[in-house]
Amino acid sequence: MSTNNENGEVRIGFYICHCGHNIAAMVDCPEVAKYVEKLPGVALSRDYKYMCSDPGQELIQKDIQEFKLNRIVVASCSPLLHEHTFRGATEAAGLNPFFFHMVNIREHDSWVHTERVEATDKAKALARAAVERVAHHRALDVKKVPIHPDVLVVGGGIAGIHAAMTLANAGKKVFLVEREPSIGGHMAKFDKTFPTLDCAACILTPKMSAVGSHPNITLWSYSEVTKVDGYVGNFTVTVKRKPRYVNEDLCTGCQECISNCVYKEPKFADEFNEGLGKRKPIYIPFPQATPQMVLIDPEVCLNFKRGVLTDKCKKTCVEACGEKKAITFKQQEEIKEIKVGTIIVATGFQTFDAKRVPQYGYGVFPNVYTSLEVERLVNASGPTGGDVILRDGKHPKAIGIIHCVGSRDKKTNRWCSRVCCMYSLKLAHLLKEHTEAEIFNFYIDMRTPGKSYEEFYDKLLEEGVQFIRGRVGEVTDWAMTPEEEGKLVIRVEDTLAGFVRRIPVDMVVLSTGLEPQADAQAVRRMFNMSCGSEGFFLERHPKLAPVNTFTDGIYLAGACQGPRDIPDTVAQAGAAAAEALVLIDTGYIEQEPNTAYVLEEECSGCKSCVPLCPYTAITFDEAKQKAAINEALCKGCGTCVASCPSGSIVQRLFDDDEVFSEIKGVLAYE
Amino acid sequence: MDKLMMEIQRTIKYDADRVKGFGREVMSVPGCEQLESCIQCGTCSGVCPLSIYMDYTPRQVMVLTRGDFKNEVLKSHTIWLCASCYACTVECPREIRITDIMYELKQRAIHEGIYPKHFPIPVLAREFSEMVKKNGRITEMLLVMKLFLKTNPFAAMSNWMMGMDLMKTGRLSFTTEKIESNGDIARMLDATDAPKGA
Amino acid sequence: MKYSYFPGCSLKGLGRAYEESLLPVMKHLGVELQELADWNCCGATAYMAVDEAKACVLAARNLALAEKQGDLPIMAPCAACYLVLNKTKHYFHDYPKMKETIDRALGTVGLHYSGDTPVRHPLDILLNDVGLEALKQKVRKPLKGLKVAPYYGCQLVRPYATFDDQYNPTTMDRLLEALGATVVRYPLKTKCCGGSLTGTVPEAGIRMVYILLNEAKKRGADCLATVCPLCQFNLDAYHAPVTAQYGPVVVPTVYFTQLMGLAFGLPENELGLKRAAIPFKWRPAASETPKPVAA
Repeated sequence: MSTNNENGEVRIGFYICHCGHNIAAMVDCPEVAKYVEKLPGVALSRDYKYMCSDPGQELIQKDIQEFKLNRIVVASCSPLLHEHTFRGATEAAGLNPFFFHMVNIREHDSWVHTERVEATDKAKALARAAVERVAHHRALDVKKVPIHPDVLVVGGGIAGIHAAMTLANAGKKVFLVEREPSIGGHMAKFDKTFPTLDCAACILTPKMSAVGSHPNITLWSYSEVTKVDGYVGNFTVTVKRKPRYVNEDLCTGCQECISNCVYKEPKFADEFNEGLGKRKPIYIPFPQATPQMVLIDPEVCLNFKRGVLTDKCKKTCVEACGEKKAITFKQQEEIKEIKVGTIIVATGFQTFDAKRVPQYGYGVFPNVYTSLEVERLVNASGPTGGDVILRDGKHPKAIGIIHCVGSRDKKTNRWCSRVCCMYSLKLAHLLKEHTEAEIFNFYIDMRTPGKSYEEFYDKLLEEGVQFIRGRVGEVTDWAMTPEEEGKLVIRVEDTLAGFVRRIPVDMVVLSTGLEPQADAQAVRRMFNMSCGSEGFFLERHPKLAPVNTFTDGIYLAGACQGPRDIPDTVAQAGAAAAEALVLIDTGYIEQEPNTAYVLEEECSGCKSCVPLCPYTAITFDEAKQKAAINEALCKGCGTCVASCPSGSIVQRLFDDDEVFSEIKGVLAYE
Repeated sequence: MDKLMMEIQRTIKYDADRVKGFGREVMSVPGCEQLESCIQCGTCSGVCPLSIYMDYTPRQVMVLTRGDFKNEVLKSHTIWLCASCYACTVECPREIRITDIMYELKQRAIHEGIYPKHFPIPVLAREFSEMVKKNGRITEMLLVMKLFLKTNPFAAMSNWMMGMDLMKTGRLSFTTEKIESNGDIARMLDATDAPKGA
Repeated sequence: MKYSYFPGCSLKGLGRAYEESLLPVMKHLGVELQELADWNCCGATAYMAVDEAKACVLAARNLALAEKQGDLPIMAPCAACYLVLNKTKHYFHDYPKMKETIDRALGTVGLHYSGDTPVRHPLDILLNDVGLEALKQKVRKPLKGLKVAPYYGCQLVRPYATFDDQYNPTTMDRLLEALGATVVRYPLKTKCCGGSLTGTVPEAGIRMVYILLNEAKKRGADCLATVCPLCQFNLDAYHAPVTAQYGPVVVPTVYFTQLMGLAFGLPENELGLKRAAIPFKWRPAASETPKPVAA
């Protein structure tokens, strides 16, 4: 109910802000103030240069006391900017903050007009609407929703690892869920990282190991999140733990089982080595895998047939495991349910499929590689032990590295993948080190913006790598000259030198771009997140809220939000952890009370509203046969309010009186 | 004894060398707007089978057009050497219809008469279009004869062997191919020129 | 299966061997062709160089005629005609001003184009409407031992790749394999032959022809199979200047329809084989009846 003064009278204080020139240049503020002064219910009408300033706010507070105002209207900029400020000022003067109403005459009026008269007219109409509305405002309380202290981190790449460690070190309990059998993500596959040429594994594995042994982190590898219910502070998450056919508590990672597998030689394409190496049906993804334990691939293990247990194999692995008895063929998938208060999504990226650019010959010519394949080739623990030996057994004497494969192209991915120029330089350096070959980098623009990145480019120039500015037209095997016989020929316009060239090479490296994971759409729906037009998860604001999403309590970290390098990923992961900590340490979150509620007596139980809620905030109480709205989930979108056929759903701050009076106010202006 | 001096040429482009608005005009033709987003990557020249013969590569023609260098572009050999194989158009990462821009430039050059008289390709295009307007169909042999007569009569002579071949294999025919609806083509084509709003 | 047959100027002129082999082959397969009455030149690349609107109007007349004469889909064997007709159809749908111009111009001769007539190529029709299995049934003299380099040229797959892959088309490859031939891996299968440049700018055009012939020879091809009369002409009629500049590179070039005719056992002298400057002497061996298709 409204708190009016002793006589039940509404006393409105109206303020119109000049906002410097932003409003005053187009709207005649004193005139509007004069117009509003005469409106019913208005006790006071002022114009002022900068309402949001300290003096401006103090003015409101002084006026409330002096003139016994019980409603405040400020006509200025967007509520997104200063509604909070003015509500604060109102509250400081002892009035319920929801007796304050803000009307936007900057973005909605001054900034979209070119004629002063029309702009001023509109300002008057809007002001009148606000004045009519605010009379109907009622006192409301901000909602406080408690926050469960545990955190879920989805994705165990460098982003997830860093976020998890930060939170765990802050004393919070973290669940880290990773889809692959080991954490580490893409970074674990790299050989060296730019620009320092640090060995990727050397800087990553200590962190991985710390995660594995941290008392506050529950690491669930080879697991996937399948369902997310609830709301900020109170999420219920269902996690599916896929069967390794190995008991996690008993496996010590000794790998005797692998050496004794009935397959004497590894036979199956090794995922970690991008298919360049081979593994056995029982395997460990890579030597430093965390958790340090093996797993069995039921698609190729002889003890299974097409994934179904037949128990027909000799099982030499079980024998080798001996006393530990860690191998359990009967293991089933496990479903776990956890309760967390905040979630950090760090699901990373996938690399562009080079087959989509057929003119570069990937998959057709054996010696065309993707960058990730080359990382494994040059890596000392890779399939060739760091020896750059091609698929046809040759050692390359000339190598072409093609930038921007799949990126900056309307036909494939429109965006620049940000890291490819740098990693192409890095690969040029590593390949030169490993092969002494002549190396060509073909680029459109050289993008090296980060700290020490330009110096890295200089270093490569000094190493004698040839840089050709030109996007490669095609990679072909038809030879025009004797020196091209048996080689892969790159045809390109050397735009800086000014002529077309044909360059014979032995090996072509495609610097493929970064794109959202294949299941990004399914994942984002599960977490109720938005995504941009390219498919990467959407942040709340690119500059001011880069790790928040539009769903409270869910944060983003790393390349799932957009292509980025490791330094930025780690920084962002730390930021996401900090945002989560804000909620956890405060213990509660405040929610705008523009939530909807059901007038039970009037609800007819038709259930029309239930499926309409985009936030699944409405449930149906079968016992009472009435709809019920969970206020913590409700975001005040108004869909149910508008759709209810019996008009029994009301929205605070937007009830019928308030909305209709606003309409009347606008129309009343002549 | 004739080349004692080192022959040099001064090349600098002043603002006056630009024909302001030319680029905008070319880009206003439907399908050619994408030229605004050209990043000069060079893919078009890289895949063009004829770029090695051109005085300006396709990429250069694009930036010259966008930069209003009308004379350089319309006088270039490039636009005539384009065989319209569309390799550039399908590869362009900005989906610029390069081949269609080349056609547009060819049309402008013919329209304004900016090409050397003996250039065979624009002459071929002209003869082709006149023959079609008159008869509705092309008689290849007649067209070729006309082309040689107008550009390089001697070339006609040197191709006599091919002429003999064609006669032997029964592909040489000089009877004018015509459609029955005489005058229809001319009428249709003239109607294409009707003023806008007609 | 009935189509409006649009020959184009070349199939009645220098490319008559294409028509001569196409018609009996189609008849043999039960595909009915009705030559478009009073068709006019499509304009090809030359008219596009003069005036785009006029070029589209020219092509549109044929599309309108096809609608008037039985409303059948148009089959255009010449790759250039195929491209221009398709382009006109696209422009008609994508650019309202163009549609307006076409409507107006066609109106002056009492014609109307609705924009619906499909434009098809014989390869498309053979593979998708007739089907490889039906084709295989008609093969009496499989082209066993013949190594063919399939040459599609540029206009068939660029810029509109309607029935085949733009970078690595395989319709003709599969067709030739169904005829029993060995298809040679030919990386230049869509590289431009030079078009009219062989005549107007020989220095460039002849070299482009040389590159194609040379690569075919290197890959061990006995012949090249083409879909476009200008490609066939370029690859066939310029051996003299190619030899003069680059040395002898003799590879006969035939139309894929001629190979089909041979494989079907149709009378040889009715396939236009004698029209080529470089004679194609290879002939398939004994006759065979193909195994019936399992029910």
